[in-house]
Amino acid sequence: MSDQSSSRPLSPHIQIYRWTLTMMLSILHRATGIALYAGSALLAWWLMATASGPEAYALVRDISGSWIGRLVLFGYSWALFHHMFGGVRHFIWDTGRGFDLKHVELIARSTAIAPLLLTGLAWVLGYMYLGTWS
Amino acid sequence: MSEMRTPLSRVRGLGSAKKGTEHFWLQRVTALANIPLTLFLVGALVVHAGADHATMAAFLGNPVVGVVMLLLVLSTCWHMRLGLQVVIEDYIHGEATKLAALVANNFFALIIGVACALAVLKLVVSQ
Repeated sequence: MSDQSSSRPLSPHIQIYRWTLTMMLSILHRATGIALYAGSALLAWWLMATASGPEAYALVRDISGSWIGRLVLFGYSWALFHHMFGGVRHFIWDTGRGFDLKHVELIARSTAIAPLLLTGLAWVLGYMYLGTWS
Repeated sequence: MSEMRTPLSRVRGLGSAKKGTEHFWLQRVTALANIPLTLFLVGALVVHAGADHATMAAFLGNPVVGVVMLLLVLSTCWHMRLGLQVVIEDYIHGEATKLAALVANNFFALIIGVACALAVLKLVVSQ
């Protein structure tokens, strides 16, 4: 920690404040960004395996098709949609709009809900297509 | 009051910095490009859920798909490099550690980008 005396007052940190949706979304935007950064290794693995041949691809398919693989991919897809909508929110702010409390809250709620709906839709469609290949 | 800046410098409005807005701007440009590109990727993965190797290789080997995938790799890797750079600069304060983290960030993004690009190129060329 710092060299300063511990008796000096500190500015309050996040645990002091009441949690708000906007605060949570701000943190989630960064968290999903970091998760997607790590997840890019999975994208590289999938592409490299497909380019390498049927054996390497079969391993990716088996692991991603397992329950833990599906769980990771489910989280991955939600993180992707969440970060995408968080980005759109920032685009709206970049134009100078949507800063009044009413719109901040409305955009925040949409940003929280829309990714959940799209993730659900993607997985429902995915399971429908899964039946066509196997 | 005397004006020390050149007229061109004032018109550009970048202050004293040479690349003051470059990071901000490129993060936005890549973010915008990422929207259609990642929607394409998610859609492609959804319709190929559980597909065998031949089907997947044939799909990724299509030149049009290859172009989209290469753009996706370029845009997302650039975007994630810029994004993590900000995270590192926010949380890592030791100069040596920060420098090492920033270099590692560049290496990681480049390795992922080159690996993905090479795989896509191989799939397209060997089609």
